[in-house]
Amino acid sequence: MAAKKTSIWRRIVNENPVFSLYLGLCACLAVSTSINNALGMALSVFVVLLVSEVIISLIRKIVPNEIRIPVYIVIVATLVEIVEMFIHAYAPTLYEALGSFLSLIVVNCIILGRAEACASKNGVWTSVKDACVMGLGYFVAIMMMGITRQLLATGVISLNNPLDDTVLFSLRIIPEAYTIALFGTSVGSFITFGLFAALFAWIRQKQERQEMEATK
Amino acid sequence: MTLQSWIMLLFGNILVHNIVLTRYLGCCPFLGTSQTPKSAIGMGLAVTFVIVGASIVTYGLYYGILVPFGLQYMELVMFILLIAAFVQFTEIFMKRYFQSLYKSLGIYLPLITTNCCVLYVALDNIKSGYDFWGMLANSLGVPLGFMGLLYIFSMIRQRLEALDTPAPLKGNPIALITIGIMAMAFAGLAGMM
Repeated sequence: MAAKKTSIWRRIVNENPVFSLYLGLCACLAVSTSINNALGMALSVFVVLLVSEVIISLIRKIVPNEIRIPVYIVIVATLVEIVEMFIHAYAPTLYEALGSFLSLIVVNCIILGRAEACASKNGVWTSVKDACVMGLGYFVAIMMMGITRQLLATGVISLNNPLDDTVLFSLRIIPEAYTIALFGTSVGSFITFGLFAALFAWIRQKQERQEMEATK
Repeated sequence: MTLQSWIMLLFGNILVHNIVLTRYLGCCPFLGTSQTPKSAIGMGLAVTFVIVGASIVTYGLYYGILVPFGLQYMELVMFILLIAAFVQFTEIFMKRYFQSLYKSLGIYLPLITTNCCVLYVALDNIKSGYDFWGMLANSLGVPLGFMGLLYIFSMIRQRLEALDTPAPLKGNPIALITIGIMAMAFAGLAGMM
């Protein structure tokens, strides 16, 4: 059990799709302005990732090798369209906030990358596990960005119910006079991302050093 | 659309609403191909060609086929297929007729299908309701802004490589922080409009 735990932790830190592999940066930079948007994006990506990996691993033996990428793209695009319509109908504010980044999940490198690297070669169960770990890695990354940026830009940590926009939870941590509005803009987004990526690189490098010591 | 508003739209997209700095799109190729100025120009030209071509094709498809048949909800699926097909077609066409161009740009073409700029511009043309000329200004301004920024950034990056940055910041993290600072500089241009 302990070994399994460390392997999941390792996959979230060492193979984090966003901060370590630099996949799917655009959405992570753009919609991490608030915790709500980050949560909505993470869930949408996770749903699309999970269902597309399951479908692709089910049909992997029927699809001819030469046209596999267009087939995958059509599957992913259809799923994204469904998720988009669903959010448009049930959570209109979230739909407005995410804007075109919802449609752009189609070209999110994480989804096509995992379809190609994992689902096209493995069975359904392996693909489901892979989608869960990758989705969790994405969730951790975008939530770290979302919490940091919302806290620094507005000083408040809050969560709304996406269905009817009632405030579920709100807590002011930094007084209004000390907030940095810059973190709500693209400047803060890039800088926050760079620092988190450096943090993840630091953890990786520390682990590598420890392993070197251990093998000596 | 008047000439003045056309020029405003074009330059607005190049400088003020720069796609990488204000809309966060195209970050993956931006980090990937900014190692040398030469690859920056190659990628920039390939992106410009694909975005203009794909925008014209998707614009035609939307108003020619999808609207008359009431199939607007198929927009996303059709657009991404058309873009993928267009990129593939360009690659084959270039290989056959423009050997030298293919040698310098060919390696960037497969990367462009998953470049979010292309799909974004195609969807934005429809969402903003541009007429044909507006669509052209939009789909020319966006990649030109991308190319200009990529070129500037590739030169900064060559200098960054030579500096003694702390180990965890080496490579992409310091590059992202640099983009953040560039975004700050470009934010000053917003007053132009």
